[in-house]
Amino acid sequence: MPAPIRLRELIRTIRTARTQAEEREMIQKECAAIRSSFREEDNTYRCRNVAKLLYMHMLGYPAHFGQLECLKLIASQKFTDKRIGYLGAMLLLDERQDVHLLMTNCIKNDLNHSTQFVQGLALCTLGCMGSSEMCRDLAGEVEKLLKTSNSYLRKKAALCAVHVIRKVPELMEMFLPATKNLLNEKNHGVLHTSVVLLTEMCERSPDMLAHFRKLVPQLVRILKNLIMSGYSPEHDVSGISDPFLQVRILRLLRILGRNDDDSSEAMNDILAQVATNTETSKNVGNAILYETVLTIMDIKSESGLRVLAINILGRFLLNNDKNIRYVALTSLLKTVQTDHNAVQRHRSTIVDCLKDLDVSIKRRAMELSFALVNGNNIRGMMKELLYFLDSCEPEFKADCASGIFLAAEKYAPSKRWHIDTIMRVLTTAGSYVRDDAVPNLIQLITNSVEMHAYTVQRLYKAILGDYSQQPLVQVAAWCIGEYGDLLVSGQCEEEEPIQVTEDEVLDILESVLISNMSTSVTRGYALTAIMKLSTRFTCTVNRIKKVVSIYGSSIDVELQQRAVEYNALFKKYDHMRSALLERMPVMEKVTTNGPTEIVQTNGETEPAPLETKPPPSGPQPTSQANDLLDLLGGNDITPVIPTAPTSKPASAGGELLDLLGDINLTGAPATAPTPAPVPQISQPSFLLDGLSSQPLFNDIASGIPSITAYSKNGLKIEFTFERSNTNPSVTVITIQASNSTELDMTDFVFQAAVPKTFQLQLLSPSSSIVPAFNTGTITQVIKVLNPQKQQLRMRIKLTYNHKGSAMQDLAEVNNFPPQSWQ
Amino acid sequence: MIKAILIFSNQGKPWLSKFYQPYSEDTQQQIIGETFHLVSKRDENVCNFLEGGLLIGRSDNKLIYRHYATLYFVFYVDSSESELGIFDLIQVFVETLDKCFENVCELDLIFHVDKVHNILVEMVMGGMVLETNMNEIVTQIDTQNKLEKSEYLIPHFDNHDRE
Repeated sequence: MPAPIRLRELIRTIRTARTQAEEREMIQKECAAIRSSFREEDNTYRCRNVAKLLYMHMLGYPAHFGQLECLKLIASQKFTDKRIGYLGAMLLLDERQDVHLLMTNCIKNDLNHSTQFVQGLALCTLGCMGSSEMCRDLAGEVEKLLKTSNSYLRKKAALCAVHVIRKVPELMEMFLPATKNLLNEKNHGVLHTSVVLLTEMCERSPDMLAHFRKLVPQLVRILKNLIMSGYSPEHDVSGISDPFLQVRILRLLRILGRNDDDSSEAMNDILAQVATNTETSKNVGNAILYETVLTIMDIKSESGLRVLAINILGRFLLNNDKNIRYVALTSLLKTVQTDHNAVQRHRSTIVDCLKDLDVSIKRRAMELSFALVNGNNIRGMMKELLYFLDSCEPEFKADCASGIFLAAEKYAPSKRWHIDTIMRVLTTAGSYVRDDAVPNLIQLITNSVEMHAYTVQRLYKAILGDYSQQPLVQVAAWCIGEYGDLLVSGQCEEEEPIQVTEDEVLDILESVLISNMSTSVTRGYALTAIMKLSTRFTCTVNRIKKVVSIYGSSIDVELQQRAVEYNALFKKYDHMRSALLERMPVMEKVTTNGPTEIVQTNGETEPAPLETKPPPSGPQPTSQANDLLDLLGGNDITPVIPTAPTSKPASAGGELLDLLGDINLTGAPATAPTPAPVPQISQPSFLLDGLSSQPLFNDIASGIPSITAYSKNGLKIEFTFERSNTNPSVTVITIQASNSTELDMTDFVFQAAVPKTFQLQLLSPSSSIVPAFNTGTITQVIKVLNPQKQQLRMRIKLTYNHKGSAMQDLAEVNNFPPQSWQ
Repeated sequence: MIKAILIFSNQGKPWLSKFYQPYSEDTQQQIIGETFHLVSKRDENVCNFLEGGLLIGRSDNKLIYRHYATLYFVFYVDSSESELGIFDLIQVFVETLDKCFENVCELDLIFHVDKVHNILVEMVMGGMVLETNMNEIVTQIDTQNKLEKSEYLIPHFDNHDRE
């Protein structure tokens, strides 16, 4: 078997291939040679073969048969083998292959190797592709290496630790002691990776964050040294001393200073210093400034500093370098929420960026422009944005259109302007408008009653020439259907009215129906519109009938159904037609929060010509009840029960209950009879917080006796009471109705009325049948609000069927116990 | 964190690909193809930052690239890295390659892929920046290369065997 060719040879050979097929052939040949070489277990040439295999892998050819060979190389004693082996492991293996676990032992041995480079290799591989099992096994070794004095290994161990923490977050505490003097290092590499490690720990755990806050002074000192130290050749990049470390420290300071006044104050000086002293002629300086600005905006900095930061961003915007402008726009987007006015000052520059050729900058500028729109600048901004919509790439149009709709809805100075803007968007970017915008627009148009004629006229003119843009056609069809009569009568005030005949209108709608470009949804809109016009137009009803009957046999099921139903309307239900096809009422305005929420308002594509059901006025809506329930069941912080301890029934329970009863009445006067040795517990109310939020417990502790409100003809109604902890004027009464006769009482309805100073709420009963012989009860909950703490009185009315006849009774309940309303 | 580092020619042929997150081989090749597609369309004087393509996490991940003569150097990063910082890092990487290979050109990268990997491994580890000091990196690489060479001073193997 001849010696396998060298990597260089292979590469040279492959480069001579002129076609993809030739290349594939060469690679396959070489793969076969490599495979047979692997089979021969040839130690000398293994690393050569694996190197070639890695190259072929990079070109995209399968190389999985080399995985085990990589492991053998790692296990070898030679550094050369190990190097290629580990590289192969990093490129070919990852946690999805089971083979990778075999590496664990090798890595463990290598982590303790005498040569630092071998240790470095092992750390590197573990840090790149170590799975969580491997990390768990080897975390101890990594931690040991984190404390070594060898800076080459220390920095690698730090990054490896970051990887371990990412994979197995529970091991974070293990690395905590090793971080103690990481920042005391002189070596910048170690410093850099240590800061990365600290950043990762702080981001993952708020405890760590609090723990590391004390490092802020040290970090500030290091940063200061970096800035003031003058020229140091080894760390210099374009005249600035180790900018990478500076940027990392700034980022860590940002995380530490967030939401913490003390740390933020400690950083103020150094941030101001960096911001003013850094040279901005090269990218390096700008990178540091950018990071500084982000930090200033994120921590609780003083306002002077913030203004400085925004001004720096403003300067960035005017920079010629596109990269700088890009990052400036990105960070302005982040800060526009908090410092809106400051960003407004740069509005004109931002709007100019809309015209930039660079796609990334345009996108950022567009997002920022939408964020800056407010009531004052809406007209100017909208002009710019509409112009942008005209000329931008298709990928932007949908977002831009949605943004414009949103902005117009929030800040439109007048209805006419709003409608004009919408029209403009529909005509320029009609096909990119999102589908859910159509119902929203329709609702908007319905609501601006005085603009109907103007709107329909403009829409008509718009689709006359071109009816390919679906959203536009849908809105237009709907409007023409609704307001066709206004169109034909030429009533428009805002504009020159045009002369349109009924036939012309029907022409356009029919062409929409026939056109190939119309989707089936659009056709549905058009057909319904034609139908609606049958009540609005006078002389073309026959034509409409004809059109509708044609579509009764359409292939599209939706159209067919509509046509058939409309046909039926003409034939059998002609008397109902005018009522059904009446003008739509003004629709309820539902506030929208964003383009995605529009879909909830009017999901139907066809506005249903049905009357909206009035909300049921009978039984009280239970949502209010739920609120009250929440009040009762929610957490209490001060469990003060308003009941006075006067007539506490002595038999309320054992000593325990008495004790608890006393502690509950912490707010009550100290004339509580039973001694309470327990109150020496510190903060007893917290102990009982959880307990006292249960209404049941209230009942026992306060001991409001239940009453029999009504007892006649075998029907007995009992009231049991509960008081709310959080709201002392609410009493909850649970009624229980029982029947001692031998026949069931069916259709039982309980009604109650209270004097005017009270408010009453009846929840739904458990059932409407009171079973005979007291075998069961109906329960129903009543809530009484008694803000003036007057004596409770109630009049009740009972209706039920018993023994085949309907019974009805009125009664007054006066025997409410004082605890239930005091 | 850096998600991937790619070097490819003006025609889209990959000369180095290192992924710091597990992707299947097919996905890797697709990512390379998509990246080339995105980057080759760019003009010379637009900004060097792009949103990531579909396969590599859309808007969470950014693509930072630099075009040197016939090569594209592309770094995919997520939001925790500073864009301008990575931009500088690419420069430092290229300068280090220059020092190690003495006036590096595309052919050097093509024929010594493993050496480029070794240099990269000293700079970026597990997706995080390890060392940015050029001299430090070059020293380490030299020492390791010497170590390799010493293993082959045994007579019956010649020095370039492993290549």
